[in-house]
Amino acid sequence: MKAIVTVIGKDRVGIVAGVSKKLSDLNININDISQTIMEGYFTMMVLCDLSYSELEFSQVKEELAAVGEELEIKVRIQRQEIFDAMHTL
Amino acid sequence: MEITNIVETVRMIEEENLDIRTITMGISLLDCIDADGEKARQKIYDKITTKAKNLVKVGEEIEMEYGVPIINKRISVTPISLIAGASSDSDYVAYAKTLDAAAKEVGVNFIGGFSALVEKGYHKGDEILLRSIPRALAETERVCSSVNIGSTKAGINMDAVRDMGEIIKETAELTEDTQGLGCAKLVVFANSVDDNPFMAGAYHGVGEADCVVSVGISGPGVVKKALEKVKGEPFDILAETVKKTAFKITRMGQLVGQVVSERLNVPFGIVDLSLAPTPAIGDSVGRILEEMGLERVGTHGTTAALALLNDAVKKGGVMACGHVGGLSGAFIPVSEDEGMIEAVEIGALNIEKLEAMTAICSVGLDMVAVPGETSATTISAIIADEAAIGVSNHKTTAVRIIPAPGTKVGDRVELGGLLGTAPVMAVNPFGSEDFIQRGGRIPAPLHSFKN
Repeated sequence: MKAIVTVIGKDRVGIVAGVSKKLSDLNININDISQTIMEGYFTMMVLCDLSYSELEFSQVKEELAAVGEELEIKVRIQRQEIFDAMHTL
Repeated sequence: MEITNIVETVRMIEEENLDIRTITMGISLLDCIDADGEKARQKIYDKITTKAKNLVKVGEEIEMEYGVPIINKRISVTPISLIAGASSDSDYVAYAKTLDAAAKEVGVNFIGGFSALVEKGYHKGDEILLRSIPRALAETERVCSSVNIGSTKAGINMDAVRDMGEIIKETAELTEDTQGLGCAKLVVFANSVDDNPFMAGAYHGVGEADCVVSVGISGPGVVKKALEKVKGEPFDILAETVKKTAFKITRMGQLVGQVVSERLNVPFGIVDLSLAPTPAIGDSVGRILEEMGLERVGTHGTTAALALLNDAVKKGGVMACGHVGGLSGAFIPVSEDEGMIEAVEIGALNIEKLEAMTAICSVGLDMVAVPGETSATTISAIIADEAAIGVSNHKTTAVRIIPAPGTKVGDRVELGGLLGTAPVMAVNPFGSEDFIQRGGRIPAPLHSFKN
């Protein structure tokens, strides 16, 4: 299953490292990553593949939310299809 | 995938109240008909609790995985007058209680279909069902009722119009302790549709499959935000912006519907393209119209603005999904729309303007509170006017009106939750009694004879 992790919030040291370390710990592979500053906010999207992870989607979601709390930034994960549906014909 | 697109979707959901308003499972009860009412009710309970047993669970799973809130999970069933009519029961309140119990068991907040289709006349079951509506709504929590009293092909059943005025009054009186809440669960339709997923008017038509799931989308906040970016631009650009936004939010509805259908192993019915407001700030259809340049919704220009919005939402949405159905248009339920509540309270919006608005959008005079002393015949006359608009214009219209006991113009009726707060609106003080007492039928308008 492919999913997109979005990370949006106030910039600080260690966001990319913190989020990618967590994904690696959860055995989630990163396929693509893109990051920018949008309207003053740190904004990152990570396209990842969950097929190697043994955790339930809900557990992954909780783990990522927890790392977001540590980094004081909002981390979400949603299945990729929702973005494809909305933005591609 | 562009990062800006990803962020746009996340913002729509988190900041602009984009959500799936409802996934509604339509269940046919035709195979539950039994001459013994007791047996029929047992079959109804068993069928609903079997078919819908995973509806809420699957809805919550999808919500979690896709990050899209699904506000309501609901059920619609075959009009009960058709099912109960075969029994020898002389009162159908027990059927409503069965529906209520089944809804509680599977965890849905509303179940629609305590309904009758009487546009041309009553059969035995219709008559009993109509008589049972006030008590059914007073004695159950989750049951919704609807009655179709007119259609473009059949004209308007004015006997039913007269009766519904009285039934609405009686329902208000029986639910006086909640300011007439029962009336918020009762819709009087003209040209009702078989596959509407939205409450309170949902029922599962007889031409539908045994069990289907349909989706109702929402998203007034998203449209409003999109229009903020085209301030002062001509209408062409306005219409184009609404279309593009509607396309995106409808695609989300289509995806969710497909996934629900696969996981429940039930065919996917339709996507209803309606823009449905909630009382939350930033989720109002009224505010979209104001964003187009109206000082307040209800002022001159409102009908034109709403016509553009309604049409553009459909044009954008139709291409985004496989099968469109239900009511599909912008809803204007007064008590459920923060912008419209304010417009009524400051005198910008009155019942006559609302009636004009219903001629060009879905669905009708919806969630309108009127003074408790409003007579049954005045309510019937309001229903007749709405039905005439629907029947003559080949569209669905409806009346969901609350003559809240003990209230007068300017009071507020607190209905709670998504039903919101209804400001009590003035009705015309002159009567229509002799008109309503005539009874009979208003013939179908000529444009229906196309065969």
